[in-house]
Amino acid sequence: MEKKTKRRDFLFTATYAVGAVGAGAVIWPMIDQMNPDASVKALASTEVDVSAVNPGKTITVLWRGKPVFIRRRTQEEIAEAKSVKLEDLKHPEKDEDRAKNPEWLVMLGVCTHLGCVPLDQKGDYNGWFCPCHGSHYDTSGRIRKGPAPTNMEIPEYKFVDANTIKIG
Amino acid sequence: MSEHEYTPKSKVGKWFNDRLPLLTLANHLTDYPTPKNLNYWWTFGGILTFCLITQIVTGLVLAMHYIAHADMAFQSVEHIMRDVNYGWLIRYIHANGASMFFLAVYIHIFRSLFYGSYKSPREVIWIIGIIIYLLMMAAAFLGYVLPWGQMSFWGATVITNLFSAIPLVGEGIVTWLWGGYSVDNPTLTRFFTLHYLIPFLILGLVVLHIWALHVPGNNNPIGIDIKKPSKDTVPFHPYIVIKDGFALLMFMIVFAFFVFYTPNILGHADNYIEANPLVTPAHIVPEWYLLPFYAILRSVPDKLLGVIAMLSAILILAALPWLDTSKIRSAVFRPLYKQFYWILVADVLILGYVGAMPAEGLYLLIARIATAYYFLHFLVVLPVLGFKERTTPVPLSITEPILGGSPNLAALKKKDSFKNQ
Repeated sequence: MEKKTKRRDFLFTATYAVGAVGAGAVIWPMIDQMNPDASVKALASTEVDVSAVNPGKTITVLWRGKPVFIRRRTQEEIAEAKSVKLEDLKHPEKDEDRAKNPEWLVMLGVCTHLGCVPLDQKGDYNGWFCPCHGSHYDTSGRIRKGPAPTNMEIPEYKFVDANTIKIG
Repeated sequence: MSEHEYTPKSKVGKWFNDRLPLLTLANHLTDYPTPKNLNYWWTFGGILTFCLITQIVTGLVLAMHYIAHADMAFQSVEHIMRDVNYGWLIRYIHANGASMFFLAVYIHIFRSLFYGSYKSPREVIWIIGIIIYLLMMAAAFLGYVLPWGQMSFWGATVITNLFSAIPLVGEGIVTWLWGGYSVDNPTLTRFFTLHYLIPFLILGLVVLHIWALHVPGNNNPIGIDIKKPSKDTVPFHPYIVIKDGFALLMFMIVFAFFVFYTPNILGHADNYIEANPLVTPAHIVPEWYLLPFYAILRSVPDKLLGVIAMLSAILILAALPWLDTSKIRSAVFRPLYKQFYWILVADVLILGYVGAMPAEGLYLLIARIATAYYFLHFLVVLPVLGFKERTTPVPLSITEPILGGSPNLAALKKKDSFKNQ
């Protein structure tokens, strides 16, 4: 038996629809207030003087509350990073794409597994080693062994002049 | 439950009870018929209630002195330890209380597993219990972040990053949880709010847990349905109250030992170093009560699958009433299940041990085998065992093994006439 749509059914549907929109309009501000606020977003970029960094040294700077590694790589490290075949990589990326100026590697010092800070000059690939769950990264910061799914992230950065890097 | 209606003796009592039947509820709780063979493993429900109240009371006091700000949280905890009158005692009770709470809840859960307390008609009690357990883990994790030490900070980083394993929306969720681009002050303030909220959610669920328990009544060590009230039951007060009270005293001795003699043994020294976003401690491990799940997380080489495995390890418990196909509740009458039960206990202890060890070499191999066995137990052993196992005869009542022979018809008749007297 087919039920005829009545005036009342229309009123119910219309009421539910308006109610749902109203509920959504109330819930969204409650959810969105937890997202980064204006003061957090304001700290989006930072400039770093790298004139004191010698080859084979890494400095760590804080950007958006996260450590950024700035490493001046040695020629051996660059050669090692370039010699790796792409098919040997879990997350294939060329070293040239990660370090536009091969001497300088600028990357987020955050393990892509669960966010720990990897240790410098450790691990099986002379790069970084994450002490939390044992991820090994090579001299280009690419994941080689362990649970991390991707290479360490390269933030947006540029050389403002020969000695200054602007991150963000 | 007593069948006859309860009427308060005094006039005032009757007047009040007609308007709000609190006295009827109190009467139900004191007269509540309880199987008379309950052993000491059944006292942990009461102990857990004590643990919850202890955490709420000490937590309220700590919140009067604690400051939820990234620049001040660490100092305010030291202020509690050094300056606040008895602050050291209250904080040590709260911190060790979390461990004691988990110790009790694990015994409570494994008691259910042994005696089949999760089976029909007690599935809802069991599932509410699993939700309470999940909330306990959330509360413990959030609370561990509040002192803003190194372990707090990096524990928060690792656990919130679990959500980044979700495809597409993962990173957005993590930023939303942090309220920034890393764990920082906005994270701390919201964690404090939620840490304050969850115990009261647990309290509400405990009321539902007990309410759901009082519908079918307690399971018991031989896992049979009993007539209530009957010769198989005793009233909750004074019998169970006294027994629970004695067990609680014994438990409090253990509790006090940790609080007064080794208050920091269950924690990590690194958490007395203030949070530093630039340095990760060399060896990060969660609190002991989360180690088995941590071992499962690390034993899977893929990030997303690791997180899924860890969550499944907890959620699989909710499906237990349907995974266990055996009609017999108590392991006492299940010779094979009894052995698998103890293998599971050993398996979980092994997972806990390797969870505390570095994830490499032999430890990793053991973690993988133990993880595989954990799931095997629930997904294969339990369903198959229900069909294959030859169980031993179950008595017809709690008194029957003492008063009358074997479970045959004669005994049944005898028991019936016994009851009809």
